[in-house]
Amino acid sequence: MPQIVVENLIKTYRIPERRPGIWGALVGVAKRTYRTVQALDGVSFSIEPGELVGYIGPNGAGKSTTIKVISGILNPDSGVCEIDGLVPWENRVAHVKRIGVVFGQRTQLWWDLPVIESFDLLRDIYGVDKDEYLETKNELVERLDIEDLLDVPVRLLSLGQRMRCDLVAALLHKPSILFLDEPTVGLDSVSKLAFRDFIRDFNKERGLTVILTTHDMDDIEALCNRVMVIGNGQILSDGPLDELRNRFGQERLLTVDFVEENVHISDPNATVVEQSGHRTKLRFNPNDVPASDLISRVAAQHPLRDLFVENPPIEEIIARIYKENQL
Amino acid sequence: MSGYQALVSARFRALLQYRSAAIAGFTTQIFFGLVFVMVFEAFFRSSTAFQPMTLPEVTTYIWLGQAFLVLQPWNVDRELQTMVRSGGVTYELLRPLDLYFAWFTRAIALRTAPTLLRSAPLLTLAALFMGFQAPESWAAGIAFAITMFGALLLSCAITNPLSISLMWTISGEGVTGFAPAIVMTLSGMIVPIPFFPDWAQTIVRILPFSGLVDTPYRLYLGHLPASDLPILLAHQLLWTLALIFLGRWMLSRALKRMTVQGG
Repeated sequence: MPQIVVENLIKTYRIPERRPGIWGALVGVAKRTYRTVQALDGVSFSIEPGELVGYIGPNGAGKSTTIKVISGILNPDSGVCEIDGLVPWENRVAHVKRIGVVFGQRTQLWWDLPVIESFDLLRDIYGVDKDEYLETKNELVERLDIEDLLDVPVRLLSLGQRMRCDLVAALLHKPSILFLDEPTVGLDSVSKLAFRDFIRDFNKERGLTVILTTHDMDDIEALCNRVMVIGNGQILSDGPLDELRNRFGQERLLTVDFVEENVHISDPNATVVEQSGHRTKLRFNPNDVPASDLISRVAAQHPLRDLFVENPPIEEIIARIYKENQL
Repeated sequence: MSGYQALVSARFRALLQYRSAAIAGFTTQIFFGLVFVMVFEAFFRSSTAFQPMTLPEVTTYIWLGQAFLVLQPWNVDRELQTMVRSGGVTYELLRPLDLYFAWFTRAIALRTAPTLLRSAPLLTLAALFMGFQAPESWAAGIAFAITMFGALLLSCAITNPLSISLMWTISGEGVTGFAPAIVMTLSGMIVPIPFFPDWAQTIVRILPFSGLVDTPYRLYLGHLPASDLPILLAHQLLWTLALIFLGRWMLSRALKRMTVQGG
């Protein structure tokens, strides 16, 4: 049975508009004009317990709005949403007890308090049993390696440190669902890797359901077996990462390093995407020409030093989906 | 500890850290208190007509007013203001707490912490050098203490709609502009209500604001008999309840139409 069911969610925002300049400001005082923005235009999906779902889309597509609706912060205009049998915006208090949320751009920790005091405060707010709290806290602190940060006021933490603490804060009450809204924005590579490892392990061990929005396709590749793409408030694609690849990008990329410089290659089944120095990149479709054939044809033209074949970056595939849907 | 208690005590501790604000406030209030006392002294000297309060009574009244100035609902929680502006308010909604009461507890901390820092030193100083007197009787003192508690709840119940209005206006400049003017005038903070014209007194007595200042301070002076306590307390509590309903209604409307600032 699905843990999260969302059907036909619709949410519009009314945004006050002001014409530029002093005259515009004066007119705005007398008469307000509004523009309606359709943030969610019939979003539907369902998620099983223990899934790790990537939720991607360009800026302003409705990702964060979806997260805010299903975490109970925003009321939608219409639509159905049931999470563990609860409607988030109607049973907000009961619902938020069972979820953890991390917004990469904000912190839920108290700015002026040492990290540990924020944790203790959360324990009281969520009414977590003392022993259980200690156990969970100690485990999380060890796994995310924040022992040394516990006595530091939150405002003095670096972004990567703060992110790790925020992650602990979101999991202290043992939620069964974790929403991560752009958690890796601005993190360095080490922090990103540590973050991904932790999420992957935790999802596997505990069966924690995770919904992750991100612009970093490496997050998606490393973590998610299912990807939902949203654009203009609608779900454009929903399925396993491989399926997405097959549907939108069966093409492969062949990168060849020649012995000579500035080699010119022509082949009926491949197009040159990039050529600089010794290196040439060719795009081909393995249905038209097997990789081995193409390689031997290229090798027959010029001596090779090195080569490799790869999938086009997921970024390119996503960009293509956005383009097709004119986002 | 319950979630609400934990929040109050955390916010209370945070607010106690504003030492320079307390010292600045303390100095300003001594200054304003002295000005008010001098104005009334001049007024009493120049007038031979019968006055509803005596000069020593007014003096004590003024010092009480200065000591408990920050208990009045004259501003909104700055942290809340920042939160609404930046969109951090989203996290408030992710707590498994009733948002209205979470903000009510915030208001309690906002009203009590700075008051605690200022009132005792100010009243001590005023008692030693500036004519502040003890309560008229034990009964008056007790009635004062009870109605001060009522005034605190009333003050928080007024503070909350002010805070909630931020969700419409975002900046809160307007609210923090007009709230002090209304509260300070109608509560009897600037001029004690007995000095108001008769027709105005009737209206002002019915309005909630008299419960903030006029009620407890005049009970303290014995200017209102302690036997009036039940009716005065009822006035405070009924208004508190009504304002809580108003605040809850506003909040539920605000949440339905809310958009989150900054994505």
